[in-house]
Amino acid sequence: MSLLSIRNLHISLEGQKILSDVSLDVRSGKLVGLIGPNGAGKSILLKSILGVIDKKDGEITLDGKDISDWPLMEKARKISYAAQGAPVHWPLTVGHLVSLGRIPHLSPWQSTTREDQILTLEAMKKTNVDHLSMRITTTLSGGERARVMLARAIVTGAEFLLADEPIESLDPYHQIQILNILKELTQNGHGVLLIIHDLNFAQKYCDELILLDKGKVVASGQPSDVLNDRNLQNTYRIKASRFLKDGNSFIIADELLNSD
Amino acid sequence: MALKGLPYRNFNIALIICLVLISFLSLFIGSVSLSPSEVIAGLIGNGTPAISIIVVDLRLPRVLMGILAGATLGLSGASLQGMLRNPLADPGIIGVTSSAALGAVIAIYFGLSSFFPTAIQLMAIFGALISTAILVLISMRDSSVLTLILAGIGISSLSTAAISLTMNFAPNPMTLQDMIMWMLGSLENRTISDISISLPFILVGWALHMGISNGLDASSLGDDTARSLGIDTRRMQLQIILGGAISVGAVVAACGAIGFVGLVVPHIVRRLIGYAPGRLLLPSALLGAILLISADLLTRMPFGYGQLRLGVVTAIIGAPMFLYIVYKTRKEMR
Repeated sequence: MSLLSIRNLHISLEGQKILSDVSLDVRSGKLVGLIGPNGAGKSILLKSILGVIDKKDGEITLDGKDISDWPLMEKARKISYAAQGAPVHWPLTVGHLVSLGRIPHLSPWQSTTREDQILTLEAMKKTNVDHLSMRITTTLSGGERARVMLARAIVTGAEFLLADEPIESLDPYHQIQILNILKELTQNGHGVLLIIHDLNFAQKYCDELILLDKGKVVASGQPSDVLNDRNLQNTYRIKASRFLKDGNSFIIADELLNSD
Repeated sequence: MALKGLPYRNFNIALIICLVLISFLSLFIGSVSLSPSEVIAGLIGNGTPAISIIVVDLRLPRVLMGILAGATLGLSGASLQGMLRNPLADPGIIGVTSSAALGAVIAIYFGLSSFFPTAIQLMAIFGALISTAILVLISMRDSSVLTLILAGIGISSLSTAAISLTMNFAPNPMTLQDMIMWMLGSLENRTISDISISLPFILVGWALHMGISNGLDASSLGDDTARSLGIDTRRMQLQIILGGAISVGAVVAACGAIGFVGLVVPHIVRRLIGYAPGRLLLPSALLGAILLISADLLTRMPFGYGQLRLGVVTAIIGAPMFLYIVYKTRKEMR
């Protein structure tokens, strides 16, 4: 049982407060959704866990040890990351790109072993891209590319996955496909911190939601509690209608409040 | 259609064999025609004094310097392109070569090497370091091709202008001649002692490139993802910049400004073994050496002897390829 824990995190960039007093926990086996309006600081939060952005104050610990005390390679074996927009700068083959997720297990002099290649193939099967192995990543469709990127993040075998809007700009079929894979990961004991904008999917798939607004945690806990009318009005500035179907509540944003 | 599946190891072995063959070939070719047996006799020390001077003191250093210079330029081009995620990066295009030449020319102007034997090398490396640092400051924030190329043009023009200025003030025709040679680039008249002055710097530059293959591959997914894969990206960038500046500076100090090798070589290698930037390093170094020795051979052909300079040959071959690459990648250039 592993624990990724953030306590009273403060982050400033170029003199501007980005995050203040943020606390949250991600445990193995849990899918934690990070939601909030654009510019709330969600991506910055993930990057501070990665150590790309320095914190000003507060604590980020992995299994009780400060995140900056973990050697880079060891940390990389514990936490994997799927970046927003999934940038790829060279036309790599899908198979090669996915195998890059094994780098944390290699020494700087080593290239992938047969075992790494087997694991790569397994990860590609899990996200249903094994038939694309020889294709060039930059020629894939959005849905294929998202699944390739997820395979790349999964193949590391890390206990935690930080996923920055992995279902952004996908059609509903591929959105559900990706969310199912993430859900399955948590059922296999991984902890996932997921940035997501679709409130209905967030409510349906996540075990816990953390609502971030202007760098502060406004609410956290059970999805149905977090997504109450008051929070939607105060943070998203929307008035929502709800309807119930088969015991699930659905949210439809149908009115803007105090637009600017 | 590119031969994308070419096995990496076999490809490198084939390149090594080519390099050995062409190196030997260039020992046999030159303005004085020697029979193969005379060349071999000269190499193993059995030749006449004239033959051993030609083979051991003239041709051998030239080939060795060609291997060192070509490998350095190929390696540095491949690692810069990988680091900047940019197919147009090359020590020449982005102005590192010309600023190194400026350092060398200043050293020649002040006659610094009479005080300090490695002055030209050190000044060339210093020039290369300054320009690389400026480029990194300007272009690391946005990896736009345009920014990089424009910054490179700025640095190149400034260095070239400063070189011309220094030339105008050249104290005597001999110094001027030396300076012009640096601008054109050549492997002629290298001695073993020239090589031994540059060699330590070149080796240090190469050594700094060791163990960065996985990191370069990872950085094709962006810096944040590379870090999440355990790569210390800042350290890697520093290794590439320092390694490139030190080795390219030493090469420019020894052979002058030889352009386009670092640009063209990684493109050819990509066609053959695919795009993963970390896997381009070794084959680019090998192919760089092969191409530079071949280009030098051209300058020694009967039609070229005395007219063609090495830097001119690489530019005549390389510049059209540069334009071709710009044409092919124009969609990504916006």
